[in-house]
Amino acid sequence: MINRSSRPWYLAPYYIWIVLFVIAPIALVVYFSFLDLAGDFTLENYANFFSSTYFRMTLSSFWYAFLITFISVLIAYPTAYWLTKTKHKQLWLLLIIIPSWINLLLKAYAFIGIFGLYGPANQLIQFFGAGPLQILFTDFSFVFVAVYIFIPFMVLPIFNSLDKINPALIDASRDLGASQWTTFRRVIFPLAINGVKSGVQAVFIPALSLFVITRLIAGNKVITLGTAIEQQFLVTQNWGMGSTIAVFLILFMIIIMLLTGPKEKGGALNGKTK
Amino acid sequence: MKGIMRASAAIVIISAVLFYAVHLLESSSATTGSGSISVYNWGEYIDPEVISQFEEETGIQVVYETFASNESMMTKIEQGGTSYDVAMPSEYAIEKMKENDLLLPIDHSKLPNLENIDPYFLDLPFDPGNEYSIPYFWGTVGIAYNPTLLEEQTFESWNDLWNPALEQEVILVDSAREVIGLGLNSLGYSLNSTDLGELREATDKLKTLGPNVKAIIGDEIVEMMRREEAAVAVTWSGQAADMMWVNEDIDYVVPEEGSNLWFDNMIIPSTAGNVDGAHQFINFMLDAEVAAKNAEYVGYSSPNAAALELMDPEVTGDERFYPTEEMRDRLEVYENLGLEMLGVYNELFLEFKMDMEK
Repeated sequence: MINRSSRPWYLAPYYIWIVLFVIAPIALVVYFSFLDLAGDFTLENYANFFSSTYFRMTLSSFWYAFLITFISVLIAYPTAYWLTKTKHKQLWLLLIIIPSWINLLLKAYAFIGIFGLYGPANQLIQFFGAGPLQILFTDFSFVFVAVYIFIPFMVLPIFNSLDKINPALIDASRDLGASQWTTFRRVIFPLAINGVKSGVQAVFIPALSLFVITRLIAGNKVITLGTAIEQQFLVTQNWGMGSTIAVFLILFMIIIMLLTGPKEKGGALNGKTK
Repeated sequence: MKGIMRASAAIVIISAVLFYAVHLLESSSATTGSGSISVYNWGEYIDPEVISQFEEETGIQVVYETFASNESMMTKIEQGGTSYDVAMPSEYAIEKMKENDLLLPIDHSKLPNLENIDPYFLDLPFDPGNEYSIPYFWGTVGIAYNPTLLEEQTFESWNDLWNPALEQEVILVDSAREVIGLGLNSLGYSLNSTDLGELREATDKLKTLGPNVKAIIGDEIVEMMRREEAAVAVTWSGQAADMMWVNEDIDYVVPEEGSNLWFDNMIIPSTAGNVDGAHQFINFMLDAEVAAKNAEYVGYSSPNAAALELMDPEVTGDERFYPTEEMRDRLEVYENLGLEMLGVYNELFLEFKMDMEK
């Protein structure tokens, strides 16, 4: 432990930043969550949150966030593994990351065209003999586009942790007679689990509060907590209720961080020895 | 350490250069002070050529920004981050802005062109004597539909939307008062109902519309209908006009149970920095030729009687977009129901979205 008084001066900007832009806003959100429309103290917002509408909205947000995260892991893990084996790792990695530099709205509008009744996706389906399908404004299109948007954030941390594994460990496992599957299960998977955990954090938490693509891609047939916050602030102008939903979102995020946070044991195994 | 110093120096120099470049650009595009006004309007709600014409004639530069709902516009003006000089809210928003002292009185002596406006649209209940607002456009809420994609369905009544043959064909506009309003109208209740029983009944009825609802979206509706992605849309008259502009098959109807009649108006927010420029702009927009040009571009109905005479009689005689006074009497204007009721409408709208029957 460093003595409090001896903390170097150059940390000052960091502390000012944290207080102004992290602690103060969160404190304000908590403060507003206790105000009603007239600006008086109330607990009504919290009671409202536990009413059936918001409770079911929370459940459905979690369900979609879970689906999006799960499918992202399923696709990103093999991709990241394959990336570590390729010759031009950095080039492939760059190709996966580039789409995340493009504005989210642009991508959403592109998908409106692609998934439309007369778009390329339906042309392909018709080529194989089926009639035009309603793809846009369905659960499928919502999850598909969300996964597409989040994939780079899942691939990157998994790739990093897989890439850090000392190949000697894998050779040793094979030399000692472990099958390829056992090597993966007992050596590679535990060593890379922290990458998966950071990937889950980077995808699950934003997925809980998605709101632009719920309107553009899901046609507002999927409602998340993010949609509700946007509406409370911009349309209803009930900042209290909007803040209350935000407080719960923050709580959920903390719980997820705790659940997926790196354990001491894993840290030592990961080659980042002290 | 040397590397860090070099990197920081580079960042500082680049920032300074960018800062200077922005400064140069801004000072060349907008002459500051009395030479510019900022206008805050709905999306796709003005002919860009009209703005250039105003800039040429007066030498005043126009900074133009758009909003998507009355509520977001009010929130932004209330916060006062930007000083808008002219904005175009709807009638119930004007009542509310008046209550909150967000408006400046308009000096009619600076608006000689005000006489062009049809007296029907002046001195309305939301702003007696037009003390704070000047009419910009007006219109209705109704059903736009494409007969070529349907099997002889017509839409005399809101209840026709519930026809099982319309499965996955109906797009609704993403706005609480319009959608809950259509539910209320379909049951024969007032659009301005504050009766919780009526509102509950309307919401429950709307939920059964679920199987027919394709999506609940905003301005994207126009493109969807133009490209024949959907056959039916509940929308504003001007959006319907925009659709017809490109796809001539589309028709528009205001159901017989009644609907919403709305007025958008030009106002000067209390945060305005160039009140004189704002008056000049409003007077310019009231000019017969300018208003006619603007109305032809935007597609909504103009309250400017002098402008209507300059426009194509086929457009101004179209009762779908210029309903007669007798037809207008069936329609209702939104009242400002207060924040609490607005909250109830929005909660119900959210509930409808959550619980739509699949």
